[in-house]
Amino acid sequence: MSPPFGRRRLLGYVLAAPILVTAAPLRASARDLTEVLDLNDIMTAAALPTSGLITVEVNQDGTVSFALPRAEVGQGITTSTAMLIAEELSVPLRRVRVTLADARPELLFNQLTGASNTTVSTYTPIRVAAAVARQRLLAAAEAELGTPATGLRLDAGVITDDRGRGIDIGTLAVKAASPRTAPVPVTLRTRESLTVIGRPHNRVDALDAVTGRKRFAMDLDVPGAKPTMVCRAPTINGTVRSVANLADVRAMPGVTDAVVISTGVAVRAETFGQCIDAIRTLEVTWRPGTAEGESDETVLRQLAAAELPLGPRPPTPVVEGRFTFHFRGNSALEPNCAIADVRRDRAEIWSSLKSPIVAQETIAARLALPRGRVTVHVTEGGGSFGRKLFFDAALEAAEVSQKIGKPVKLMWHRADDTRQGRAHPMATSRVRIAYAGDVVLSYEQRHTSITTDLGHGIGELFTAMAARLPIGGAAFSQIFFQFSQTSPYAFGSHSRLLNETGRGFNTGSMRNVYSPDATCARELMVDQLAARMNKDPYRFRRDLLRDDRARAVLAAAATAGEWGRSLPAGVAQGIAFHSEYKAVSACLVEIDCRPATANRPIRDGVGGPRVTRVVFAVDVGLAVNPRGLEAQMMGCVMDGIALALTSSLHLRDGYFLEASWDNHFYTRQWNTPLDLRVIIMPSTSEQPGGAGELGVAASMAAVACAYGRATGTLPTRFPINHGTLSFVPKPTVPPVPASPTDGIRHA
Amino acid sequence: MPEHSFRVNGTPVTVDVPGDVRLLWVLRDILGITGPKYGCGINVCKACTSHLNGRAVSPCAIPVGDLGPDDEVTTIEGLAATAGAELHPMQQAWLDHDVVQCGYCQPGQIMAAVDLVRRVAAEGRAVTDADLDGIRNVCRCGTYFRIRAAIRAGAAGMGSP
Repeated sequence: MSPPFGRRRLLGYVLAAPILVTAAPLRASARDLTEVLDLNDIMTAAALPTSGLITVEVNQDGTVSFALPRAEVGQGITTSTAMLIAEELSVPLRRVRVTLADARPELLFNQLTGASNTTVSTYTPIRVAAAVARQRLLAAAEAELGTPATGLRLDAGVITDDRGRGIDIGTLAVKAASPRTAPVPVTLRTRESLTVIGRPHNRVDALDAVTGRKRFAMDLDVPGAKPTMVCRAPTINGTVRSVANLADVRAMPGVTDAVVISTGVAVRAETFGQCIDAIRTLEVTWRPGTAEGESDETVLRQLAAAELPLGPRPPTPVVEGRFTFHFRGNSALEPNCAIADVRRDRAEIWSSLKSPIVAQETIAARLALPRGRVTVHVTEGGGSFGRKLFFDAALEAAEVSQKIGKPVKLMWHRADDTRQGRAHPMATSRVRIAYAGDVVLSYEQRHTSITTDLGHGIGELFTAMAARLPIGGAAFSQIFFQFSQTSPYAFGSHSRLLNETGRGFNTGSMRNVYSPDATCARELMVDQLAARMNKDPYRFRRDLLRDDRARAVLAAAATAGEWGRSLPAGVAQGIAFHSEYKAVSACLVEIDCRPATANRPIRDGVGGPRVTRVVFAVDVGLAVNPRGLEAQMMGCVMDGIALALTSSLHLRDGYFLEASWDNHFYTRQWNTPLDLRVIIMPSTSEQPGGAGELGVAASMAAVACAYGRATGTLPTRFPINHGTLSFVPKPTVPPVPASPTDGIRHA
Repeated sequence: MPEHSFRVNGTPVTVDVPGDVRLLWVLRDILGITGPKYGCGINVCKACTSHLNGRAVSPCAIPVGDLGPDDEVTTIEGLAATAGAELHPMQQAWLDHDVVQCGYCQPGQIMAAVDLVRRVAAEGRAVTDADLDGIRNVCRCGTYFRIRAAIRAGAAGMGSP
């Protein structure tokens, strides 16, 4: 657990360099792995041996540079990282330049962005490196000013002495440098003295974003990298058998290349619009895909057959439920995309990648180049939600560039991104809770899922750590499941098992991985149990939660949300709890299921029951940036609403029917609660917990619980509108729709 | 190849491209104006929302041949200039409310917001919840709540009722 509040002495390094470059300690806080508590501990422990390579540079213009070995995809880690450096170095935040590091294989597992682990694992190393820089700057100023260091103050990037003389840190960048690498013991600021960490701060990239200056992969101007798209099969992972009119397509306006690749027919042109036209003109005969003939129904049967049995039924009363969670798309708004420039003896890639080292290895192998000849640049990403753990577009771009011998700017069409992109797998969850009188005796959960592809580095991380973990021989996904799922309630004996079945789908974990589904099933059954015991759902949870932090967030949500207040028939509250990533969270939801609301007309969209009010209480231990944390929780609430009510993929005849944002119903403005409040609990720890995904599980569960109470039903299939197809599916041949031409009249 | 002339962010431009190429690609791939983003290409997600003669449109659904020399296209890059300031009041409201997460949809969101405020101001009224519910721009990070607050603040900054 966290060390007691107080001053901690840690070892950092100053590196041999012409300007001041400092590094984090090699082993900042090596943990005894028998203390491993959850997934984040595994990832943090895996990162430790290479943490020393994280460096902070003080530049002569007074700025401070740090290349973050993680992917910024909207979660705000460039801002929170800049805050850590600004805090320990006493420089204004605007002087800190956080960029994203290229793939650095020597970092091993320390360049994987996932499981909300970034701040958990980098919090201390980054601060140590910044603290070393601060100490070196003060020592340099001592020599420069002739004032003993005890009489110097470093504030806002300027060191002043007691006579009022000031010197900017930029002026000291060379003098504070070291000709050799040397250890430097430092003391980090105490919790009480923090002035940046823990205070709300706006995003460092906001101005660029609102002025259109923020650059995503497709905005980069790489010489010769022309727009490139791929004509894909009508069914999942189908491949090209033959193309009837390749020469005709190559002669189309703007088209420079058309070539068969492993995933379809790639077209390169002067504009993406001409790529779309070319794709729609291609006459391709396809080989079958990897999910031919599969549909929601066949997958449901497969899942049912794979379900592990619950234990012997106890002689006591039980509540039991079985819940189905349909396929869901985890597309970000920025579709899969990458730039690739592959030459005979080298390659360069630009893409938003959360596992750039694995991407580099895989691309090098595909291109038959040594890994050191493949440079992988990590660009800022337009959302991830699990997608950018994979590098499907980067691999494809590399293949196309090598094949045609030209640089390419490759982008997936939205229709491809939904139909052929990654999806969160369909799953079922069975729960049985046994009780006697007022005592809960046991909790059993059997989660059965189409296989989640974890082949993006997390799997490798677990392999490397497996021998040292208190779990033997289990599959990656089972480890992941066990370590990401917790038992917050005192429910007697617990048994939770995951079974995975079926391949052939392009899967990937969506934000919060197994937790939204598993927690939704659990919390619905907790409501059932409370009803059976004739107890209030909130008080029942509060009485059975194991620890004070958990009870505190639940109480905060219930109080602020006026739990139990009088509401009209068809409108109800729901409340749910979830703990993960060293954090606890509770969500209170009010939903309006009255027909006048649920049946309100929405053009090309789904209205349905409306979540009108949400209170979300969260305790992440230490919130580095409360404003950023609030933003993450708000986004998680929107995800939870979508997962519970509207958002899914329908599988039929080997393909997903959805091909548009107006088919795949992620939360839109008309689904957004008008009243949304996030409560950030006072810090309960000196260490931050993870936050990027944390809020999805409790939100989804609370919406489901509120829906159940408003309608007097137990919802068992999610999202609840999955049974109604609320759109006309687009054709699969050609695979992408034409862009409309009536944009002036039809805004 | 045919030439097409129109104005972008106050500057006349001429492009040599087939007339059926949609404006989004002319802006992004030919003119290098990358503020408007691709999110669907079928006038659904609204990530490319820009203004044509002061009204919000989706450039992904406008053939460049439909534009004439007098047509003025304003992208997020040119929005501030329409207010004669470093930042348009709506951009400032976006900063004040720290709306952005990944930022990919936000240029389109801001352009849609300015158009909404202009439309309701022309009707002599304030922005309502129903107006905000009617915004179709997708934000996959789920910044909708802060967007609503920022639009109301931006409307005040624009001198709207």
